[in-house]
Amino acid sequence: MLGMSANSVSYNEQGSVESGVDAAQENSSIPASISSGGAASSLFSADYKKNEDLKEMLESNKESLKLEAMKRIVGLIAKGKNASELFPAVVKNVASKNIELKKLVYVYLVRYAEEQQDLALLSISTFQRALKDPNQLIRASALRVLSSIRVPIIVPIMMLAIKEAATDLSPYVRKTAAHAIQKLFSLDPDQKEHLIEVIEKLLKDKSTLVAGSVVMAFEEVCPDRIDLIHKNYRKLCNLLVDVEEWGQVVIIHMLTRYARTQFVSPWREDAVFDENSEKAFYDSEEERRVDQSKPYIMDPDHRLLLRNTKPLLQSRNTAVVMAVSQLYWHLSPKHELSIITKSLVRLLRSHREVQYIVLQNIATMSIQRKGMFEPFMKSFYVRSTDATHIKTLKLEILTNLANEANISTILREFQTYVKSQDKAFAAATIQAIGCCATNISEVTDTCLNGLVLLLSNRDETVVAESVVVIKKLLQTQPSQHSDIIKHMAKLFDNITVPMARASILWLMGEYCEHVPKIAPDVLRKMAKTFTDEEDIVKLQIVNLAAKLYLTNSKQTKLLTQYILNLGKYDQNYDIRDRTRFIRQLIVPNEKSGALSKYARRILMAPKPAPVLQSAFKDRDRFQLGTLSHTLNSQASGYLELSDWPAVAPDQSVRNVEVKEAGAPALSKSKPAKSNEKFYSDSEEEEGEEEEGSNSEDSSSSSSEESVRESESEENSNDSNKSSSSQSEKSSSESDSEKKKKTLKNKKLQQQKPDSKDRKQKNGNAVKVESRSESESGSESSSSESSSESRSELDSDSDSGTDQKKNTKPKPVQSKPVIKQVEKKEVSLLDLDDFSPAPVTTPKSSILSPNLLSDLQGLLISPTASALQASSPVFVPETSHELLHRMTGKGLSAQYRFTRQPCIYGNSMVSLQLTLSNRTDQALENIHISEKSSTGQNIHRFNAIERLEPQASVTVSMGVDFNDSTQTANFQLCTKEDEFSVSIQPAVGELLLPITMSEADFTKEQGKLVGMNESSATITITPENVSSQSVNRKVVSVANLGVIPSGQENIYRFAGKTVSSGSLVLVSVALKDPDAMITINTEKTVMGSMLLRQVKTALTNSGP
Amino acid sequence: MIHSLFLINASGDIFLEKHWKSVVSRSVCDYFFEALERATEPENVPPVIPTPHHFLINVLRHRIYFVAVIQSEVPPLFVIEFLHRVVDTFQDYFGVCTEAAIKDNVVVVYELLEEMLDNGFPLATESNILKELIKPPTILRTVVNTITGSTNVGEQLPTGQLSVVPWRRTGVKYTNNEAYFDVVEEIDAIIDKSGSTITAEIQGVVDACVKLTGMPDLTLSFMNPRLLDDVSFHPCVRFKRWEAERILSFIPPDGNFRLLSYHVSSQNLVAIPVYVKHNISFREGSSQGRFELTLGPKQTMGKAVESVLVSSQLPRGVLNANLNPSQGTYTFDPVTKLLSWDVGKINPQKLPSLKGSMSLQTGASKPDENPTINIQFKIQQLAISGLKVNRLDMYGEKYKPFKGIKYMTKAGKFQVRT
Repeated sequence: MLGMSANSVSYNEQGSVESGVDAAQENSSIPASISSGGAASSLFSADYKKNEDLKEMLESNKESLKLEAMKRIVGLIAKGKNASELFPAVVKNVASKNIELKKLVYVYLVRYAEEQQDLALLSISTFQRALKDPNQLIRASALRVLSSIRVPIIVPIMMLAIKEAATDLSPYVRKTAAHAIQKLFSLDPDQKEHLIEVIEKLLKDKSTLVAGSVVMAFEEVCPDRIDLIHKNYRKLCNLLVDVEEWGQVVIIHMLTRYARTQFVSPWREDAVFDENSEKAFYDSEEERRVDQSKPYIMDPDHRLLLRNTKPLLQSRNTAVVMAVSQLYWHLSPKHELSIITKSLVRLLRSHREVQYIVLQNIATMSIQRKGMFEPFMKSFYVRSTDATHIKTLKLEILTNLANEANISTILREFQTYVKSQDKAFAAATIQAIGCCATNISEVTDTCLNGLVLLLSNRDETVVAESVVVIKKLLQTQPSQHSDIIKHMAKLFDNITVPMARASILWLMGEYCEHVPKIAPDVLRKMAKTFTDEEDIVKLQIVNLAAKLYLTNSKQTKLLTQYILNLGKYDQNYDIRDRTRFIRQLIVPNEKSGALSKYARRILMAPKPAPVLQSAFKDRDRFQLGTLSHTLNSQASGYLELSDWPAVAPDQSVRNVEVKEAGAPALSKSKPAKSNEKFYSDSEEEEGEEEEGSNSEDSSSSSSEESVRESESEENSNDSNKSSSSQSEKSSSESDSEKKKKTLKNKKLQQQKPDSKDRKQKNGNAVKVESRSESESGSESSSSESSSESRSELDSDSDSGTDQKKNTKPKPVQSKPVIKQVEKKEVSLLDLDDFSPAPVTTPKSSILSPNLLSDLQGLLISPTASALQASSPVFVPETSHELLHRMTGKGLSAQYRFTRQPCIYGNSMVSLQLTLSNRTDQALENIHISEKSSTGQNIHRFNAIERLEPQASVTVSMGVDFNDSTQTANFQLCTKEDEFSVSIQPAVGELLLPITMSEADFTKEQGKLVGMNESSATITITPENVSSQSVNRKVVSVANLGVIPSGQENIYRFAGKTVSSGSLVLVSVALKDPDAMITINTEKTVMGSMLLRQVKTALTNSGP
Repeated sequence: MIHSLFLINASGDIFLEKHWKSVVSRSVCDYFFEALERATEPENVPPVIPTPHHFLINVLRHRIYFVAVIQSEVPPLFVIEFLHRVVDTFQDYFGVCTEAAIKDNVVVVYELLEEMLDNGFPLATESNILKELIKPPTILRTVVNTITGSTNVGEQLPTGQLSVVPWRRTGVKYTNNEAYFDVVEEIDAIIDKSGSTITAEIQGVVDACVKLTGMPDLTLSFMNPRLLDDVSFHPCVRFKRWEAERILSFIPPDGNFRLLSYHVSSQNLVAIPVYVKHNISFREGSSQGRFELTLGPKQTMGKAVESVLVSSQLPRGVLNANLNPSQGTYTFDPVTKLLSWDVGKINPQKLPSLKGSMSLQTGASKPDENPTINIQFKIQQLAISGLKVNRLDMYGEKYKPFKGIKYMTKAGKFQVRT
């Protein structure tokens, strides 16, 4: 069917090329000609008619008919029938409102777009529109289909869409983007560089949903760019448990490869130990050097990986368990390996196919490490109901596990198998017995005797296999076994399998000196039956004859000549050749040269015994659990597991967020902090510190970082436990407990100093910590943000670190004085047009923020003539709670957006923080922890040395949100405590107002159309109709500048995003009672969010 | 990863194909058919078949081969596990996973496959997420849909997809709140000729049917958790809590799910609840064989052994069997040589037996092996390992749920060698 319709297509094309007849006409004429063609085509014409009525149904106006038609078409596709000629009719429905119909059209499109590229292009605009849909499911599925259409022409569109989606607020859409990366890569590998950029961005994503998919994309597109992983390594390890199971498999495999390049081998302990004992007598200096190199300390990151993957052994997904097992196999110290055994054995209860793969891997493991599986030997006993390939594998494993202690049990088990009805399996068992016999010399005799008994078995295959195995065994120690050879000679008449007969004959010849009487007799018998034998038997007869001729020519000379004569006229040329060769070699005549002298040495040369070894011996060259391992040959796309590096590469590359800006501050403030607290008694740390102070600032901070990391690891385990049980009790009522847990995990890692404090302050600290977490959890859920952005909570972008590096360290440490602050706070509340609290302005700085902002406005804006940064029209007074006094142990903090250009960095949003001390004791050293912030680039306020009871202080800080509404998480610290806090910006706060002329506005608006435009029509509440109220509403939502408008009913606002400086243009056109809101910006995501907020603002009544 | 999927029935017809990347011709299945021909039994087809350009990974379930086409390196278990998940999903949706059911619901099947994989990488495999995206077909819904024109396809992203508890949807409501747990244990054992145990182990599962309103948080504790040698959990179980306290703490998925499966290893002594006395013999030279089988209970802790089914693959030489069961019925298939005896319940006072003779091929020598006997049985209200649930508590919701726990022991792969 398929072929036939393909024919019709090509015919069709030909026709139109040749005659240029109208296509429709052509279409109708072809089926007619074919249907007249004969019986075979009747099927086709019936099919054709069916498709015709499908076409009609698709073109009808009734939704239900269309749906029915699509369902039938999908049925055709499923059966593998060709439905490509319906393409034009189907593609029309791509924009259908009916979601099921739409989905089926998508299915069709993806299937046939490659074949009908031109027509497929018609659907592209629909997807582009859907990419901006507020419904994340629709955005995601549009991207899925768009990227699945394998039409090279749309590569740029796909690239654009992927880039957009990679910054989408919905993690689901970002996940889809990660999938799309691979699709685009397979469509156009030239895009690799751009795609790597997107991968790099997505790798930083903190959502568990994205992690698996982006790592998959990484593996497919740029598996060699291991440098992209460094910064995300710890995050991936920590997220792993919460990633969906398929992602876990991919991530674990990737991390296995990564770890093999980054850490030193944990296996060399023994070797190092030996070395040390040898060198024990060396002089002290040398000894010390050896001592330094000797103790193997596992890299904390290496340990982190092992620890975080271990719970996954309990996964219900067999692929995950296998992935963890192979990770342990390849990465863990040998003594820790045993934990994977049980889980692997458990998998054997699963489906047949799972068993097959798991057994294969166990077979490879059991060769190297018998001990691992020996206690579970009985789990590998064969059942009569097992499939043959399962049986063989189990046999293989049992053979590998055999040792002196258990061989008798195994042999008894093998005896049962030999009797199995499955003869192929019985034969395999005999092979296995042979293996056991060679491997364990104690049982060789027992095995041989057992095998000899099998020679009288009724089944030929069993006998044949036994003979072959016996032959191999005897070769290893022939002298002691002449009686076995005799026995075999006796049985020879009853054995009919050619291979077995050949083997016996070979044995006779090889060891004819051990059985001098029997061998000639056998030869005599064979001379009689020579012509009836199989070829391999004949060859061995010739062999036997030759050997006997050399050793015992008196008795066998005539027999040999007879056999050689028979062989000379054999039908098989191999035998004729062999005969001729043997004759020349052994029978001396004048023509024969020097060779015959050596005939004996040639034929009777001692032969090396064959090595019986497992088929799985060399499988360990492949990474376990891979397809290549299963097939024992390299599959395409297999990524080699590298050897351990001799010296570990720089481990600081994995440190996240090392801020050079923070470093000097840290070293300066160090004396202020009590040393014992942050750097507890451990010697290692002191050493590190010294080292650090010698080198540059940046490296000192990084080495400290890694030390803290390692120490917190030790602690975090138990602190985790206690706090998690705490919080579980306290928060069982809340509905999003799990979320908090992950939040908490993250925080725990950040709160390193705290976990150190814990040593001194013990349970107290933990309790508070868990309380603060539950607080932050509820805060987040009560915040007005939509559900999608809420799930973003744990994720914040890492970008902007580069910029951070450029920012200069803080010039001078200013020490805000409390009295001053109190005064400021009072005034703060009154001012509308407010500038950042002067208290915190570094005293050395001459620039006032306003002046600075003006300068910045001039510098940044790309179209400097048209755009001018302006001061904010409106600054909201509302402040948001950052830290409640209950959670903060009396320290409360509020923040508000000042809407001023930030003095600390061009791309930062300026924030004002009001800290109040509600306790009756002074709080000391309030600051933001240097290393705590996970993602955003944050400019911290200078540490407040002392805050008197009931006093408040206002400080300002800058955060680079990188044009996204992801939360900024950081640690607010006092001398004793540390509180995790987060700031969630509204989209309107990520803007800076600008002014421009109306003409410029329309010009810019004209540039930002299509995908960059989002609009909505709303019914405006009557009290909002006045120009004043519209202006006020809009500017209260977003930090935009008002553009003077010439038209009555159109209001225009302009701003730019803080980080990237992209234009954001808002216009509201009033058409009583409706209003049309249009937002034009490159940042489509921000645009749609802003649209939503403006919409709500304008529809809500109130001031 | 997964390039294409072909569904092949027992007679070797491809009845469904689906491609996630560019189309792979179905001729690639010829390699599979070759392997199928070589295999003596349907189960003997190797799960991974290499071909010049592709790799075929197949699973066989419900007499349908699910053949996935792979182009490059991928962990084979990944694909196998996924294919099994597909079968489970079909079963969940259509009640059965047969060729007929798949053909009848081909559109739903296609929609499901579309959602489950994107570009060959699993996208949504969690049953409750899928059910929000694509509603399972029911007769009522089909009728309603045809009248109202509404569809089976959800328009919103399922709440679970983004949540940290992806297995549970929000807004669950029941009038009767109930939570049932079934502790089911299977004994895998090999008993040798003399009746002694060669190997025995217990595989247990705790299956749950939870219909609770809202977001309940459950804890389940056992009287003797030490028994559990090796466990695997549903993702909802909090692993840390288990490690620390040996308590199962979880927010359950809605509906039926497998909470936990566990393994009681062969090192522990496993009670064998039935014994078999057998005498199967063939005499040299005669064309008759004797067959005697008696079953009896042992170590059943006073519970009745029910639904006993004995089956055995007799040697090829056996032509027919003429047997006399003391209870139940037996059948013998002369073609496959499969003997099966449906015993029913074992009455300890009057032990069931099956006695009689077998006729052998005349002239053929006596079979040198004896058949193995497979036994299936069930024991209600008993977990043979002795595992007992201590208590079930619910937090997070105010109502009082109805709780129930059931125990059952079954024979798994229970074989007696003769």
